[in-house]
Order: sequence, then structure tokens, then C-alpha cells
Amino acid sequence: MLLFIVRRLISAFLVMFSISVVVFLIFFATPGVNPAARIAGRSASPEVLAHVAAEFGLNRPLPIRYGLMMWHLLFQQDLTSYVNIGVKVIPQITGAAPITLSLIVGAAVLWLLAGVAGGLVAAANRGKWIDPLIMFGGIAAVSIPAYWLGEVVNLVTQNKFHSLFSWLPAPGYVSITQSPWQWALHLIFPWITLATLYAGVYARVLRAELVNALNEDYVRTARAKGLSERRILVKHALRCSLVAIVSLFGLDFGSLVGGAALLTEVVFGLNGIGMLTYNSLLNLDLPVIMGCVMYGAFFIVLASAVVDVLYAFLDPRVRSVH
Amino acid sequence: MSTNEHAAPVLELTDLSVSFSTRQGLIRAVDGLSLSVGRGEVHGIVGESGSGKSVAMYSLLGLTRDANASITGSVRFEGREILGSGDKAMQPIRGGEIGMIFQDPMTALTPVYTVGWQIVEQIRQHTDLTKAQAKARAIELLGEVGIPDAKRRVDSYPHEFSGGMRQRVVIAMAMSCNPKLLIADEPTTALDVTTQAQILDLMSRLRDVHNSSIVIITHDMGVIAEMADRVTVMYAGRPIEAGPELDVVRHPRHPYTWGLLGAVPRIGERSERLATIAGNVMSPLDVPVGCAFAPRCAYVMDECAARPPWSDGDHRSACWLSDTQRVALRRKES
Repeated sequence: MLLFIVRRLISAFLVMFSISVVVFLIFFATPGVNPAARIAGRSASPEVLAHVAAEFGLNRPLPIRYGLMMWHLLFQQDLTSYVNIGVKVIPQITGAAPITLSLIVGAAVLWLLAGVAGGLVAAANRGKWIDPLIMFGGIAAVSIPAYWLGEVVNLVTQNKFHSLFSWLPAPGYVSITQSPWQWALHLIFPWITLATLYAGVYARVLRAELVNALNEDYVRTARAKGLSERRILVKHALRCSLVAIVSLFGLDFGSLVGGAALLTEVVFGLNGIGMLTYNSLLNLDLPVIMGCVMYGAFFIVLASAVVDVLYAFLDPRVRSVH
Repeated sequence: MSTNEHAAPVLELTDLSVSFSTRQGLIRAVDGLSLSVGRGEVHGIVGESGSGKSVAMYSLLGLTRDANASITGSVRFEGREILGSGDKAMQPIRGGEIGMIFQDPMTALTPVYTVGWQIVEQIRQHTDLTKAQAKARAIELLGEVGIPDAKRRVDSYPHEFSGGMRQRVVIAMAMSCNPKLLIADEPTTALDVTTQAQILDLMSRLRDVHNSSIVIITHDMGVIAEMADRVTVMYAGRPIEAGPELDVVRHPRHPYTWGLLGAVPRIGERSERLATIAGNVMSPLDVPVGCAFAPRCAYVMDECAARPPWSDGDHRSACWLSDTQRVALRRKES
């Protein structure tokens, strides 16, 4: 098991390395483009261009340029944005990351709870009225765009029925170290908004997996052993269906932390990674874009490595293959 | 009724019928099955695929989950009527008093738990043993069913065993609570020939040691000859012949049983093709009102349009042929 984890982490590292190379090549080796002008941003003066070219060794061979770039980005951490002159890239990302992480982790807890509960209840009651009700709720939740739901939530809580929600602070973000209570209060509706979509997806996926599992031979064996239906559902069917949920979760979590929660961040005025990426794209702020891409890739690779380790933990057959 | 006069039957089915209402119409999967299994007795149920043997056994344990199924008749286990009892009432019986072995050992075990865990789960469901005691018992059981190095293998996962070894695990699990009755649903069908013989040996030995009764479902007359004390032959959901194994195998009365026995290849006899029974099992939707076998029967007569009665005695059959006709037909054939 330990060997499996180590191997998986090494391969994750290699994937990260290749991503960084690809990102570097896209930005700096695209033919016909002057990378110095790219980094320096729009309407940069010739002196700035010369400075950038010197700093990143743009007249030197590609591998050295790659090394310098990574040196500035990861170790020196002094890569600066030339659009907003003097603002360093890394602090922007480390400033935005906790906001996004707070949003995603809280929402993930909610949607996992709701999705697993919904899927379990629906599968346990298949054929009864509650099953199609939950499944309809699921499809409705999947169909509602997050930004629309967010706007409606804001309209209701901040405007139309503000007297009812007077306990709710104005949209924004308060760090958890500053005040855990205010942190949760600021994030409760963003969490619910973001979790709605995913809870619907997870409930539907889990129900389908459970219904499949309940038709498996091993469930018949479990019944013939005299186990209770509840134990069969949780210990046998759910346990074997978790693999699907875990892999789905890895993908969703990675991409959301990497910035895919942009719409929710915009609606609730959270200056997270999604917002940062979006703004840097608008300004063509190349160093920031690069930083954000690397950061997003990091979380996706990390999440998929964690998922694979969880796989091996959940399913002994995966372990023995390696 | 039973050949085992010294004991009341462990299991007694009377007129068990299972039907499914489908969009195409009513399917009678089991139609009037009666049999009784004495203590320590091995009762074979034999028939082609789709003849309702497995459905009958699943139904008696309440394992038929189809909402459209309707089950009638009577199932008495140890003198108690158990048909129609709810899941709660059946749970102590399932796995505790009646053990079950399934056809395909490759899928019968939950893939994510060790075999020991799964045996312990069943033991603890039915007894007050602690985890450690149950695990010791699981190791003992695995050793008993012939798994080498049971102490270590108890912590292996199902995929780390071969098919035959997995079937041994399933048998160990079924025997874990010393059930009075073991139902084996084609326990050897998915296994290769040498493994089949080992598994049958194992089951016979366990029967002798634990004195449990066994109902063995099969389509293999060889398994019947090897294991069974009594046999019930089923066709299209109906019992068509039943009696002591020797009587049924040596003096079969029903033309279908003749066909089944004729289909067993014999060593020393060279033949170009394997003997078969002409035709196929008909769709369960259009089983005739009369004798179900009539459409495929070589000796069909006018009487066969009505359903033949179930004859009396120890060796029973449901066929309109008279004993003299049978003797004449069998002589002519051989």
C-alpha cells in the first residue's frame, strides 16, 4: 500500500513537470510571438521589454529559459505582473487560494452529505414514490445554473426579504483565522448555491450505482446470509459503489479548486482563484495567467493522485494490480 | 412420504407455485412443486435451464425480490410454515438454519472484503461470538473445506482465490452456523470437471459430519447419481417425476427423464453425436394446458391434452403412459 502511494506521488510529480513544460512552451515558444511583449503586457515601453528579455533570458536556449521561468515562479517567487506594475504573482495566488478553498471545501461537505443521503434513500426506496421525487429533485438541481441560483439567493437575502435575513452580512469574505463564525456566515449561501448542482449529480449517480450493485450476486449472497436490508445496503452495496463517487469527486474537486467555481465567486463577490484567472485573462496579464494555470493543474493532479490512493484503499483489486 | 421414516422432514414443500405477472402475460415459473427432504437426506432437483428449479428455492427463502411475483402454496421448515414471513422473521433462518451455495462463485462474494470478514459477518449475525472467536471459527471452517494455510488465507480477498477455492469459501460460509439444511444451486456448474468432483466430495463429507440435509439443484444427471438420495425432475416449472435416486435413474417413468438420462454420454460407447431431446424448452408464456412436455414428446397421445395426474407411491410421475405401455416402449428402444 505504501509503495503504491509513493509510486503514485512520483507519477503525479512527473505529470506536474510535464504540465509546466507544456504551459511554458505555449506561452514562450509559440512561433511568431515575442514573449517579452507578452509578459510585459500591452503598450510596454522598449526599456521594459529589454528588462523583461534580460530577466527571463529570452535570448538564451529554451531549457535555460524554462529553468529561469520556474525559478522566478516557484523558488524566487518574484514573478511580477507588468499590467499592474510591481504586483507579484505568487502573493496574489496565495491570497486568492484560501477563499476558493473555503468555498469549495464547505460546498463539498454539503454536496457529499446531500448527494450520498439522497442516493441512498432513493435506492433503498426504489419503486416507491420517494425515489422519483428525489430523482426529480436531482435533475432540477442539476438544471439550475449556479449564477442564476446565486443571483436569486442574493436577491432574496440581500434585497427583497432582507428583514428576514438581517443576520446575514453583506457579500464578501472574512478569513477563518479572523473569525470562524463570520467566515461561515459569509459563506453559507455560496456553499449551498454551489453544492446544489453537485448534490443533484451525486445523488443520481449514486442511485444508479446502488441499483446496479443491489442486482449483483454478492447482494443475493448477503441476503442469504440473513443480513438486514440496511446492512446490505450500506456495508455491501454502498461500499462497492463508493469507487464511482470518489472518482467523480476527485475530478470535480480538482477543477473547482483550480478556478471552475468562477461564476459562484463572481455572484457572491469572492475574490478567489476563478476571479483572479478571469481578470488576468481580461488584462492579458501573462505571468498571472501562467501562475493560475500552474496552480489549477497542481490541484487537479493532486486530487487525482489522492483519488487513486483512495481507490486502492476502497478496492483491493486495484492494489494487487500494481 | 419420505424414505427416512425415523425422522420428520426438515423441509416440506406442498404445491409451491411462483408466478410473475409480466406485460406479455402470466409466467408460471414454478407450478405445483411438492417435495419433502428428510434429515440428513440429499434431495436432487434436476431439469433444464428455465425449468424453475432455482426460482423455487429462492422463493422459499424469500429471496425473490420481484414486486410482480406471486408465491402460493406451503413451505414448512422444521414443522414451521415459513412462506410469506417477512424479512425480519426470515433473517434468523437465512444463513442461520438454511445455508445457501450459489452457482457462480466468481461473483457470489463481495469483492471489497476479505473472505474472513465475510464469514465472520455471517457468524456474528447469528451468534453471540466475539470478533476474535468468530475469526477463529472462520479459520477452522476454511481448513475444514480444504483451503490450505487457512490461517493466512482468511485475510485474502475473493479475487486472490481460484473459482474452486472461492466455491469452498462460499460453502464454508454456508456451513458456518451449522445449518440444518443446505441449498446448493448448481454448485459445480461454473467449475471445471476435477474441481466439480472435489466440491461434490466435500459436500458429501460435510453432510456426514454435520448431518445436515441438502437440496442440490442441477441439470447434470451425473451429479444426481453421485450425491442424491431422492430426486425430483422438473420440466417447465412442474414436477414430472420424483422418487428415490436409484429408482428414478434405473427405472425412469417419464419420457422426459428417459431423454435426460439418454443425454448422459457413456464411457465405452462410441457415438457420432451426443443424444439430445428434440426441441427446446418452450417459452414460459405458452406452456400447454395439458402435459407440458407433450410438444416435444415422441410418444404423445390424445390423453396428453389434459394435464396428467401426479401418481401415488414412493416413485411418482406425471404421465399418461400406462406401466405396460412404458415397458413395451422401453423394450422396443433398447
